[in-house]
Amino acid sequence: MSELTNLTLKAALAGLKAREFSAREITKAHVDAIAKARGLNAYVLETPEKALAMADASDSRLAKGEGGALEGAPLGIKDLFCTEGVRTTACSNILGEFTPAYESTVTSQLWRDGAVMLGKLNLDEFAMGSSNETSRFGPVTNPWRRKGSNVSLTPGGSSGGSAAAAAANLCLGATATDTGGSIRQPAAFTGTVGIKPTYGRCSRWGIVAFASSLDQAGPIARTVEDSAILLKSMSGHDPKDSTSLNVPVPDFAAACGRSLKGVRIGVPKEYRADGMPDEIEKLWAQGVEWLRDAGAEIKEVSLPHTKYALPCYYIVAPAEASSNLARYDGMRFGKREAGEDLIDIYQKTRGRGFGEEVKRRILIGTYVLSAGYYDAYYLRAQRVRARIAEDFKNVFQEVDALLTPATPSAAFALGEKSGDPVQMYLNDIFTVTANLAGVPGLALPAGLDAQGLPLGLQILGRPLDEATVFSVASAIEKAAGFSAKPDVWWG
Amino acid sequence: MALDIETVRRVARLARLEEPDARLPVLARELESIMQWIEQLNEVDVEGVEPMSSAVDVVLPMRQDVVTDGGDPLKVLKNAPRSEDGFFVVPKVVE
Repeated sequence: MSELTNLTLKAALAGLKAREFSAREITKAHVDAIAKARGLNAYVLETPEKALAMADASDSRLAKGEGGALEGAPLGIKDLFCTEGVRTTACSNILGEFTPAYESTVTSQLWRDGAVMLGKLNLDEFAMGSSNETSRFGPVTNPWRRKGSNVSLTPGGSSGGSAAAAAANLCLGATATDTGGSIRQPAAFTGTVGIKPTYGRCSRWGIVAFASSLDQAGPIARTVEDSAILLKSMSGHDPKDSTSLNVPVPDFAAACGRSLKGVRIGVPKEYRADGMPDEIEKLWAQGVEWLRDAGAEIKEVSLPHTKYALPCYYIVAPAEASSNLARYDGMRFGKREAGEDLIDIYQKTRGRGFGEEVKRRILIGTYVLSAGYYDAYYLRAQRVRARIAEDFKNVFQEVDALLTPATPSAAFALGEKSGDPVQMYLNDIFTVTANLAGVPGLALPAGLDAQGLPLGLQILGRPLDEATVFSVASAIEKAAGFSAKPDVWWG
Repeated sequence: MALDIETVRRVARLARLEEPDARLPVLARELESIMQWIEQLNEVDVEGVEPMSSAVDVVLPMRQDVVTDGGDPLKVLKNAPRSEDGFFVVPKVVE
């Protein structure tokens, strides 16, 4: 039944609806594939019984000619989304065996539409990382390897489990979240498609918070259209998240394949990094040609504050994180350490429960918010953020979408960058601007490098104009004809 | 600006993070290099620019100030490290 795991989400939904195979069959095929692929460490919790029970419920709905937009489709869930009765850890020790008594809004909408949960996916602790190496469960291994090499590569992060599971056919698609690039960078590293929608498109309720003004949920899938189908189910207004936008959700899938005649594409000259491989530069130029051939108008544009986006992010995100993570005090949930007095218990609980990268960011955040530094760092960073957002506002007067590289390199080896925080942070150099400005961004595979690793391009769009982003992405997908898959070495 | 060991100790205390003494010099070095990299923000002209705190231009919605959830202490306590008789058990806070 392994061919059932090779299907796109769209093809699987059609097959389920036509009763060519059952939800139980396609779910079982995925459950078996996951059990064989434990070497990748993509899933931190498998829920096969729940998956099969949900699949049976889907089958009975499908038999009656009923069923939602995702009826019977097996998906993976990033372990940052609270799932009722299913352990949720943010891949941090501090959450212990935390088992939510509630369901996140985004996942509840997937179940409302008939999707099946396969299990919880690995991530960097509290989504802080670009290599999935800060997880309490250990790193995920990228299904892709360099040609002729068996060196383990990172799938990127923080949504490393989601990206690896989608790439290795361990789900039809997965939920993910993106605070500085955590959907798009892993998608680029694994040859998958990931979109971070406009800030406010998806409810943040029930997603473990990292940096509330930047966090957004989105899907990772294997095709542009599959990601559009998933995003539709994940989106929508939720009164439980005060920043959730009360606007209609378009049929994103309908935008895929739409003509690009008259669409203006900006190529921002600042999206070049020191030491960026020629291959990425060439792929970017190729992407421009593909869009020109598809009828788009190409224009060089400038986003002058781009180089300040990452340092700005490393004030704003840790500041918000230090505040959000103050709730982990060992009193109401999670693990509590013993200590001499209350403060000592807090310090030991947090000192031992959080990993090194999380503690580093809490310290930075606490420092930049502390008396005497607030104006110099935090307030200044918020003003720089306004400049970055203004850049986008200006450029979107001239063009309808932007084309950029997704990452400054292909997937790197596990351990290669974990010793130098700033080097690790530079992974998000092309993705972080979209979070600061709140605009949608999609990464998709567009080619392979000389070592046989996938390289991605990124499309950025106007706020709430994911439709144009999808139409541009599907034009590139069609032109690139990217069909490479990693050799199955994991079982 | 110098992120010395004493500053790191003070910030760690503020953040309620236990850091062993041996870790402090390492952290001071790491944080100093991150903050030095961040210093480039000083090059940006932000004169008269309003600080941006939200990614969307919307006014926070108001709702009726009424109870919308609750009344289920057992559910709330399910993940508590210690609980008794429907309450959280916490260390002594006041003498």
